Amino acid sequence: MKNAAPEADESLWLLAAAPAIWAAHFLLCYVAAAVWCAKFAGPAGPLAPARRAILALTVLALAGIAVIGRGGWRRCRLPPPPLSREFDTDEDRHRFLGFATFLLSVLSAVATVYAAGAAAFMRDCR
Amino acid sequence: MGLSSRTSPRVPAPIACAAWLSGCAGPQSALDPAGRGAERLAELFWWMAGGAAVVWLAVAALAVYAVRGGARRAGGGAQRALIVWGGAVVPTLVLGALLAYGLSILPGLLASAPPGALRISVTGEQWWWRVRYESPGEAVELANEIRLPAGEPVEFTLRSADVLHSFWIPSLGGKMDMFPGRETRLLLEPTRPGRLRGVCAEYCGESHALMAFDVVVLEKPEFARWLAAQRRPAAVPAGGAAARGGELFGANGCAACHTVRGTGADGVVGPDLTHAGGRLSIAAGTLPPGRAGFGRWLAKTHEVKPGALMPHFGMLPPEDLTALAAYLEALR
Repeated sequence: MKNAAPEADESLWLLAAAPAIWAAHFLLCYVAAAVWCAKFAGPAGPLAPARRAILALTVLALAGIAVIGRGGWRRCRLPPPPLSREFDTDEDRHRFLGFATFLLSVLSAVATVYAAGAAAFMRDCR
Repeated sequence: MGLSSRTSPRVPAPIACAAWLSGCAGPQSALDPAGRGAERLAELFWWMAGGAAVVWLAVAALAVYAVRGGARRAGGGAQRALIVWGGAVVPTLVLGALLAYGLSILPGLLASAPPGALRISVTGEQWWWRVRYESPGEAVELANEIRLPAGEPVEFTLRSADVLHSFWIPSLGGKMDMFPGRETRLLLEPTRPGRLRGVCAEYCGESHALMAFDVVVLEKPEFARWLAAQRRPAAVPAGGAAARGGELFGANGCAACHTVRGTGADGVVGPDLTHAGGRLSIAAGTLPPGRAGFGRWLAKTHEVKPGALMPHFGMLPPEDLTALAAYLEALR
């Protein structure tokens, strides 16, 4: 039987996208705070502009992760094929990758919120 | 010998637990706090331990439930709910709450000292501590010993002269790294008098483990008297072996590296020895105080502290070593 699944050559890029956004958010938050404190505010200066930048980065990161997670969720909600026992068809892979993308998106969202948590409590550069 | 005679006597669990927990006490324990910062950190530790216990018990209970087939009997929906709530939602909420609690205490730990607070600068050097009381009043330098007033916030300015070190008095608060070419700050507030111990908490070379210091928390009047005494020049011994040791101290070049205020010795390479005889230990917490300790340090310097920059003086006749040790012991 001809396999009509459009995802026959599906790649893994989407799977890695949400953790990549988390990693970029983590890096950018630390760089933003470090540059602000080292070059502008001084060792005990206010952190407010860096906190605003971290808030904006966090909103952007969570929005990106949500879009990716939604895509993953849609792919894993496809109806399972009848009589599939081994789950080794292209469609099964499609569903599995969608589910893994969704789970990694949830994990990345939690990690992003945890990383941004420090900015919620720290008010200056000390 | 029968098996029964080999078994250890049964100790009631509460007594065993109390004996085990007594290991958490002592002069160098973050779980036996004697300062504001250490109190917050000890609370954080116990909350973290409690949170970890809750997560562990929940996971263990779920494992038992799964092995006994409870989830299978409950059906697919219950299985999924168990995985989602027990495996993801609850641990995320517990860890999030602990993270928020930990972060919430950070600003207090990193606050600046109020104006007029005692300020002490400490420089980490391989493998000892240069301690300088900057205020109040005229600055005074000593080594490997810090005395603090109870109930007063103290701001430490921390530096390194060579490699990375880390300044840590576990009973008083958190640790702070010391970097060459950069200053870091640490606020500590002792809450009760007592004798404590500080250490270097960052590996800094072969004698890293021998880089400790004594910390004494005193009532305020007693601290003021002690600081005033430290500002005075050394009491130079007038006669006997100690006086001869003073002459040897100059003749053997010790003054090139060490300061003894009130004498001609004004070297700044090594520790200030003005009141070395009154300190609670020798060689950064490595040897007990007293003449024997000084004698051992002078003769076996590199056995006591491998890699120390100070040359050993084991080539001197024993009577000279004894005189030098007597001189150092008399510097109070």
